[in-house]
Amino acid sequence: MTSLPQPVAGARRLGLVIDLDTCVGCHACAVACKQWNTGGYHAPLSDHDPYGADASGVWLNRVHGFEAGEGESGRTVYFPKSCLHCADAPCVTVCPTGASYKRAGDGIVLVDEDRCIGCKLCSWACPYGAREYDADVGVMKKCTLCIDRIDNQNLPEAERVPACVAACPTRARHYGDLADAGSAVSRLVAERGGFDLMPELGCRPTNKYLPPRRRQAPAAPPSLPVAEGGGFLGWLDRLLSG
Amino acid sequence: MQPAYSIIFFTTASGCGYGLMFWLGLASLSGRLPADRGLVAVAMMLALALVAGGLLSSTLHLGRPARAWRALTQWRSSWLSREAVAALLTFPPALAFAFAGVWLGRVDGWAVLAGGLMALGALATVVTTAMIYRTLKAVPRWHHPLVPACYLALAGLTGAVWLALLLRAFGHELALPPILAVLAAAFAALVKLAYWRSIDRSATIATAESATGLGAFGRVRLLEPPHTGRNFLLQEMGYRVARKHTEKLRLLAGLCGFALPALTSLASMAVPYWPAVLLLLLGAVAAGLGAVVERWLFFAEAKHTQMLYYGEAAA
Repeated sequence: MTSLPQPVAGARRLGLVIDLDTCVGCHACAVACKQWNTGGYHAPLSDHDPYGADASGVWLNRVHGFEAGEGESGRTVYFPKSCLHCADAPCVTVCPTGASYKRAGDGIVLVDEDRCIGCKLCSWACPYGAREYDADVGVMKKCTLCIDRIDNQNLPEAERVPACVAACPTRARHYGDLADAGSAVSRLVAERGGFDLMPELGCRPTNKYLPPRRRQAPAAPPSLPVAEGGGFLGWLDRLLSG
Repeated sequence: MQPAYSIIFFTTASGCGYGLMFWLGLASLSGRLPADRGLVAVAMMLALALVAGGLLSSTLHLGRPARAWRALTQWRSSWLSREAVAALLTFPPALAFAFAGVWLGRVDGWAVLAGGLMALGALATVVTTAMIYRTLKAVPRWHHPLVPACYLALAGLTGAVWLALLLRAFGHELALPPILAVLAAAFAALVKLAYWRSIDRSATIATAESATGLGAFGRVRLLEPPHTGRNFLLQEMGYRVARKHTEKLRLLAGLCGFALPALTSLASMAVPYWPAVLLLLLGAVAAGLGAVVERWLFFAEAKHTQMLYYGEAAA
């Protein structure tokens, strides 16, 4: 059913918290996502003309680079973006076939590829551009929060996180239950002022972004100690000062 | 938004077909539709061909057309599914109405019931088509209260000019159909002008600052796109139309789509058979062309909020 699930008491709300202060824009998360998902739930994520001049393909996570503000107070911010697994996901309710659905137990938004007719309406409904059309198979694909990793009993427990989170070299991506106020991700959001993207559209995204930290005012550069006293340098100093 | 030809053709052609069905049904309800086998045959063949052709065209943009039947299942939540259901439900009364009018040569009795249901189905289908766009918050220029009125007005106008033409061509010189076409053109022009004025003046819904949450630092602009090539998102939602072209095309839609059909409909009332038929034919073709231009603009002028991540400042 493409209606949103009724709220379940004690349900988890799994998602990501992305730290815009520590992301260095290395694209490792995007590459790890492509690598894992082209062999996993959504396999394959097809590419067209991948080694040619007009390469294009399905990616479920992309890193944008923005400049914000001017001069010294301005910032360069790398901005990874994937599905935000919204509480009020418009991509789910517009689906005419029931292929698009939101799981009641953990809030993950998924596409059942066997039901998808590739009408692309969900990609129009998503304000964030999180859905991609795979022209080779004629169906829509999206971030699954790596359900084939996070629930995978064959992986060691430490690896049961989305591929993008596991790959991030600066620990800018955090995965957890945002419904649990005591979870590490919820505490991060509370401490750092985590925010929603485009809250005015009312989709109530699960994923949160942490703002770049305010820069400390730069202190005056310390003056170098001047060599005083004896020895060759002292003699040279006296000679030049004289 | 990318103006895909299959969707433009589908919405304008099926709009015209449903408009024709609506007015035919209404005419049968009012008891003024002549019991003319030839007229009903041509009118219903045209309407059914436009509707069926439009529906087939809309399946062309599907990735998996063979699974299109699944679109009938989610009418509880999805306007696209409701559109498919309404379109399908309109066929039985339309076919019954055509059968009664052509084989039995009657437009009274149960044919009136079939005509009424056909008109209702046609109205519902056009409304559901419009609501697909009306409910998309991610495209602020579509998430607009006038969008259903625009779709209804264009369907009503293109249907009305065809009905006026067919009635006259089959020798039924009635005053009401051309007057109805003039009124439909006036209504369509009014609604579209109000819509264009409104979208030109409305405040932006979302900005690059709200999309990134970085507004506290100042103005936000794209430094590095995530990739050097194109992708599905840019292909589907990155279409831009130049401002000067917009103005010219709006003028073309207004003159060709609304003014010309109104004028030819009026003029047809004052002239003999052949000039009248030719004038009405000119009006019907012009209205169709105007509707295509209007629908192309409806897509090309609409901005999707996800383009804020690709360098747009506001949507």
